[in-house]
Amino acid sequence: MLNRRRLIQTAAGGGAFLGLTGLVPAWARSADEGNLGIPALSGTNYDLTVGEFPVRINGRAGMAVGINGTIPSPLIRFTEGEEITLNVTNTLAETTSIHWHGLLVPFQMDGVPGVSFPGIKPGETFEYKYSVPQNGTYWYHSHSGLQEPLGMYGPMIIDPKGVDPVKYDREYIIVISDWTFTHPMKLFKKLKSMADGFNYQKRTFPDFMRDAKKNGFGATMKQRAAWNRMRMAQTDISDVTGATYTYLINGRGTKDNWNGVFTPGERVRLRIINAASMSMFNIRIPGLPMTIVAADGLNVRPLEIDEFQMGVAETYDVIIEPKEAKPYAFVAESLDRAGQVVATFGPRPGMRASIPSLREKPLLTMKDMGMDHSSMNMSGDDMAGMDHSQMDMSGDDMSEMDMSGDDMSEMDHSKMNMGPREVLEKKIKRGPGVVNIAEMPVSRLHEPGIGLENVPHRTLKYSDLRSLEPNPDTREPEREIVLHLTSNMERYMWSFNGEKFTHVYDPIKFYEGERVRLTLINNTMMPHPIHLHGMFFDVVNGSKNHKPRKHTMIVKPGEKQSWDISAEHVGDWAFHCHLFFHMLAGMFQVVSLLPKDENNMKMDHSKMDHSKMEKAKMYMEEMEEMDHSKMDHSKMDHSGMEMSK
Amino acid sequence: MSMLKQTLLASCIALFGAANIAQASEASDASDPHASHNMAKADTAETEIGETKTAQATTQETSDKPWSMADKYWGADAMAKARAHEIETMGGLKTSFIIADRLETQITDGEDVFIWDAQGWYGTDENKLWIKTEGKYSFADNAIDDAEIQALWSKPISRFWDLQTGIRYDFAPKGRTHAVAGIQGLAPYWFEVDAAAFLSNKGELTSSVEAEYDFFLNQRLILQPRGSLKFSAQDIVDLGIGAGFTKYNLGLRLRYEFKREFAPYIGASWQRSLGETAQIVRAGGGDPNKIKLVIGVRAWY
Repeated sequence: MLNRRRLIQTAAGGGAFLGLTGLVPAWARSADEGNLGIPALSGTNYDLTVGEFPVRINGRAGMAVGINGTIPSPLIRFTEGEEITLNVTNTLAETTSIHWHGLLVPFQMDGVPGVSFPGIKPGETFEYKYSVPQNGTYWYHSHSGLQEPLGMYGPMIIDPKGVDPVKYDREYIIVISDWTFTHPMKLFKKLKSMADGFNYQKRTFPDFMRDAKKNGFGATMKQRAAWNRMRMAQTDISDVTGATYTYLINGRGTKDNWNGVFTPGERVRLRIINAASMSMFNIRIPGLPMTIVAADGLNVRPLEIDEFQMGVAETYDVIIEPKEAKPYAFVAESLDRAGQVVATFGPRPGMRASIPSLREKPLLTMKDMGMDHSSMNMSGDDMAGMDHSQMDMSGDDMSEMDMSGDDMSEMDHSKMNMGPREVLEKKIKRGPGVVNIAEMPVSRLHEPGIGLENVPHRTLKYSDLRSLEPNPDTREPEREIVLHLTSNMERYMWSFNGEKFTHVYDPIKFYEGERVRLTLINNTMMPHPIHLHGMFFDVVNGSKNHKPRKHTMIVKPGEKQSWDISAEHVGDWAFHCHLFFHMLAGMFQVVSLLPKDENNMKMDHSKMDHSKMEKAKMYMEEMEEMDHSKMDHSKMDHSGMEMSK
Repeated sequence: MSMLKQTLLASCIALFGAANIAQASEASDASDPHASHNMAKADTAETEIGETKTAQATTQETSDKPWSMADKYWGADAMAKARAHEIETMGGLKTSFIIADRLETQITDGEDVFIWDAQGWYGTDENKLWIKTEGKYSFADNAIDDAEIQALWSKPISRFWDLQTGIRYDFAPKGRTHAVAGIQGLAPYWFEVDAAAFLSNKGELTSSVEAEYDFFLNQRLILQPRGSLKFSAQDIVDLGIGAGFTKYNLGLRLRYEFKREFAPYIGASWQRSLGETAQIVRAGGGDPNKIKLVIGVRAWY
């Protein structure tokens, strides 16, 4: 506790001397400012003051909103299972809040105004108190107003109670973010008025001539016409671009050169957090492979790659082992490649790696519109069923299935026959808020992301991620909820199922104890980092019982992606796109995880099934039958099934 | 009386036509063979986006408080207030926009004029107050020859089109007030289109269509062709207008966007009076066929 207090004081005090580089907490300092790897300090009591303060970014002055006067905010580090207390004092003139991103806190501590609590009023001090059953790299940020884009975000590390399976000699936190000297509300207003107003990578007449020369006039004309007829732009990759944003690593722009040190041969753990409000990044260290050891806080099987795409709000822990005593560039390049931020890792403090130039700009394809017929691998309606068998049977996973023959046949049987028994999908129609409906959404988990398809080195694909520990719950989902990601870029309207949050009255409902599948279909032309509060979900990525468990996933344009969720933590939880302005425009929903309660169940079932009452009854009877047969099999402990009784 | 009826009927037809254009353009690219099977798993009520109010009413019956588990920790009142704020904010914010599409001097022999063409709006995605103003100042006469302002209610009716209804007031030539109905939006291939019909307090029906397109020569240098066509259902003697198509205007402007928000331009504008209107111009000693050099600025906020 004392340690913690002292650390925070040092952070604030030390920052004041830095002057030119602005105020930074100790963990975020460069090696030349004395940070030779963050210490394993931890504390259980934190005083966090939310306020407005001046900052200097790349030498230019601006005003920020944040915590304890620094960008990023102080590090909160504690040990798994410890109860921690965080006293948050609001010195702003508006309501504030802090959300603990990825933490399994009781929902009333989750920090979303209007969903989990009323928010922290000006002048008020709010006490967050909780302990969580998890460890790893997480972060926290404001969930109020425009505070997050103005600088209110910081890292959290929860150290494991026991032995950390990841071995390392030194560790750094890398918080990547985007900063603008233009007020976020002005950016939003601009997006509403002229949605392509930040794009300086449009297709031009010379582009046309070049393509015409290469591919023929007719073909080029046809290609351009296909996009223009639909009023869609192939270069529409980031809404807000490097034209406005300065990208930051630990609060520094490229010019300010955040730098870390290593001794050649050391294993250095980088805890990378994308805390940007609107920017996704391609992360690479030219000349140095990275081994991914954790995703969204949870350990994964070590996976060596050279580059990965990082959605807003995701976290990745990587191990680097630089062998040579030379400076390496840590590059975070924005998805549209209109900007980047570069930090340095070197054998000595204060070194500067050479900055790679921006690579060729990526373009969207018809596949991003969900229209790539060549990749059609399934027919018609039975997509859910198909998906299912596909993922459960892929050769890779058979080896992981260590069950007896009996169990297997039982499982196969159930799989073949049903898939999720009940599928809830809302009909969406084109209209002012829905420009495009993906005709043929496909799984894109095996793709590295826009612009990385053809890079000459190894990339991360979600389909390659395997949880280190076996999944705690391997039940098949009983129910599937299909959600459509929808938009009108021109009007800058973003929503789920074509309904902006402002028009939503019914939350998405989960029932305690059930295993539910959430399937997302992205009908928009943009990748969305979708975040579910309060629980980890198992990404249905081809693994049987080592599915990666995450809190945020990029859903690519035209993609259909499924998550299996064990509904455990009762409460109202926010569910939204983590691109800040998409959320503000309406791409937000609430997941109500309702307690196991007979009355509740009955009421909601009737509501959900509506005209399908008869069918529902049949399902329920079937489910009861199933229950009995399954009870015999020790592998299948389905406490959730009791619900149907 | 019958004259008034006629014009009312005509304006209805014009409006219907405008709406049809919008619908047709939607239909043309909605040729979506898979659309129906995508919707095979349709749930309950058909919820037309933007018309969600009706659907809400039905869902609201079942849960007047949409989610409320936090109430027991923090109090129902405090939560209700916070909930209302979040619901209003995320997707319901009002924003504004002002654009001066053309602020330019048009140069011809001895007849230089300054014209303005600006519009702006305030509101939500669903409802906007939309103001438009256009006018012409003559340097030779040191007077404003033409000036009008429109106040419209703009409502999205499809993916790319808004229906706009309201009133127009003419400052010069002074005196007329019009009922306005029109559509504004984005036609396939990124043509920006604005079409409207006007019914004046004197019973005259007129209409106009404008379209423009942006060619990106590079990221900041943009060539904009622009065209407009005007129509009158009857002779309007005091305005020197004959029945039928009255005039068209073709322009080509080359602008440089120092910022997206600020772009000076140069260009040419060719204006031609048509039919009876052209004869009236000629009879008055004017030239129904004018080519002008234009220098101006396009700016928005």
